[in-house]
Amino acid sequence: MPSVTYVLPDGSEQTIEVKSGLSVMDGSVANNLPGIEAECGGSCSCATCHVYVEGEWAAHYGKASEEEWELLEFLDTVQENSRLSCQLVVTDAEDGLKVTVPEEQG
Amino acid sequence: MSAADEAPVVIVGAGHGGGTLVGTLRQLGYEGPVVLIGSEPDAPYHRPPLSKKFHADELEDPLRPLEFYEEQGITLRLSEDVVAIDPEARTVRLGDDTELAYSTLVLATGAEPRRLPVPGGDLDGVVVLRTLADARVLKDAVHPDKRLVIVGAGYVGLEVAAVARSVGQQVTVLEREDRVLARVASPELSEILTGHHVAQGTEVLTSADVTGFAGDDDGHVRAVVLGDGREIPCDLALVGVGAIPRDELASAAGLTCDGGIVVDAATRTSDPHVLAIGDVTRRPVGNVEELVRMESIPSAMEQAKQAAHVIVGKDVPAADVPWFWSDQFDLKLKMAGLLRPGHAAVVRGDPTTGRFTVFHLDGDVIAAVESANAPKEFMAGKKYIRTRQRVDVTRLADEAVGLKDVVA
Ligand SMILES: Cc1cc2nc3c(=O)[nH]c(=O)nc-3n(C[C@H](O)[C@H](O)[C@H](O)COP(=O)(O)OP(=O)(O)OC[C@H]3O[C@@H](n4cnc5c(N)ncnc54)[C@H](O)[C@@H]3O)c2cc1C
Ligand code: FES
Repeated sequence: MPSVTYVLPDGSEQTIEVKSGLSVMDGSVANNLPGIEAECGGSCSCATCHVYVEGEWAAHYGKASEEEWELLEFLDTVQENSRLSCQLVVTDAEDGLKVTVPEEQG
Repeated sequence: MSAADEAPVVIVGAGHGGGTLVGTLRQLGYEGPVVLIGSEPDAPYHRPPLSKKFHADELEDPLRPLEFYEEQGITLRLSEDVVAIDPEARTVRLGDDTELAYSTLVLATGAEPRRLPVPGGDLDGVVVLRTLADARVLKDAVHPDKRLVIVGAGYVGLEVAAVARSVGQQVTVLEREDRVLARVASPELSEILTGHHVAQGTEVLTSADVTGFAGDDDGHVRAVVLGDGREIPCDLALVGVGAIPRDELASAAGLTCDGGIVVDAATRTSDPHVLAIGDVTRRPVGNVEELVRMESIPSAMEQAKQAAHVIVGKDVPAADVPWFWSDQFDLKLKMAGLLRPGHAAVVRGDPTTGRFTVFHLDGDVIAAVESANAPKEFMAGKKYIRTRQRVDVTRLADEAVGLKDVVA
């Protein structure tokens, strides 16, 4: 299973195995990591699953869709490497992925 | 410490609120026992797909994987009812007559669909939609050859109408008020959405007074009967006329209720050992004076978080702007803030393009936003509501002006 490292709002890191085909959001919710709320359950509606994609991985995932970027754009915490984690699917090609969860969602 | 202090946190209702609360408690470091009790056979799941994707595989979407509860040390008791609370003894009684002590009790019992007290309301084929079991009935009944009548044009009814219509079903929506979504949307949005549903071939009848359901010889519904004598033939009638808070346990235990359990901004009820969250509550919202029943996932999750903070003795996070969403055909709708009489409506974007927003202004401050396929407008609107940002109304109405440039 691909492993994903989450840098949590308190600065600590957790590396977990995420079943291939699930999203970065799913992995966080299944393991009860703090930070990602995912009010809409992954339907790209709520912007409460915001993460920063670290390093090379940002380019690996490429740009957000227009809808996704519109949801992110007005967040106080938005950065260039911001993504909605429900839109980031994890497969073996993403083994080693690292994301940071901002302190505030929504 | 008394025995009650060592007793578990007991949560009644394993829905979106209860399911969120158990996770948040562990995230905040609560290590004591937690018992989550729910009437339904399913562990907490997402309800939005019940009306949006009941025809699809995505219908069943658990909040957490089943292993989660064991991993987190949560005792999950499904298919069990709490039938009474004894606030003096700090115990709840279950359907099998056993008792369970609590240190803190959290009521997360949600709401149940209102039924129509008219003749024929209990016929076969007259259904409601709240649970997965209800949605499975609907799924089996969705067929191009079957006629569906929806009584009540609320968000749930219109979502079901959209799905049924998109698979070719003949759909009629009956609404008692003179417009759809009369209770929850602005007249502007109601009108645009009605046009959208009608253009897709749905029949929408407003000011329609349903007085009964007519059945065939087998006791199955064959028509919905209106006050003027008209009969609308159907194979299935979905009644979506709102939900009633399940506050009966609380009120029997003497907690203050007023069409919902009355709570403060930290989910406290009138009993110091009992909190309440979600659809069952009447809660403070924003700067409006009266308490409000919210019936949305963001509200239930926000209260779940508040309750968890109260239980572990941490500062309760401030409430955010209330919001919710709805999907109808190709429209992704998002609403934020509270609609109040006296606001001026400003439309940004051309509704016929399917991307538009209705802003509701209190003077030059945005009080509420209703958007369709316009996430940027929604997010900017929500932010400006939160910060009470003054805006230039003329620029707000002009789609050519960027949303950062509408501030006054
Ligand atoms: C079809 C549908 C679509 C929706 N779509 C959206 C949407 O798109 N966006 C949105 O924001 N909101 C939506 N909602 C609303 C949202 O689902 C609710 O606001 C949310 O589920 C409220 O959570 P809750 O925990 O308060 O109640 P619920 O999720 O209803 O959970 C309450 C649970 O308590 C159980 N219970 C009640 N009494 C007892 C008892 N005495 N003993 C044991 N268990 C008990 C019930 O069986 C139920 O399982 C939708 C609702 C429905 C029905
Ligand atoms: S979970 Fe709602 S946008 Fe990702």
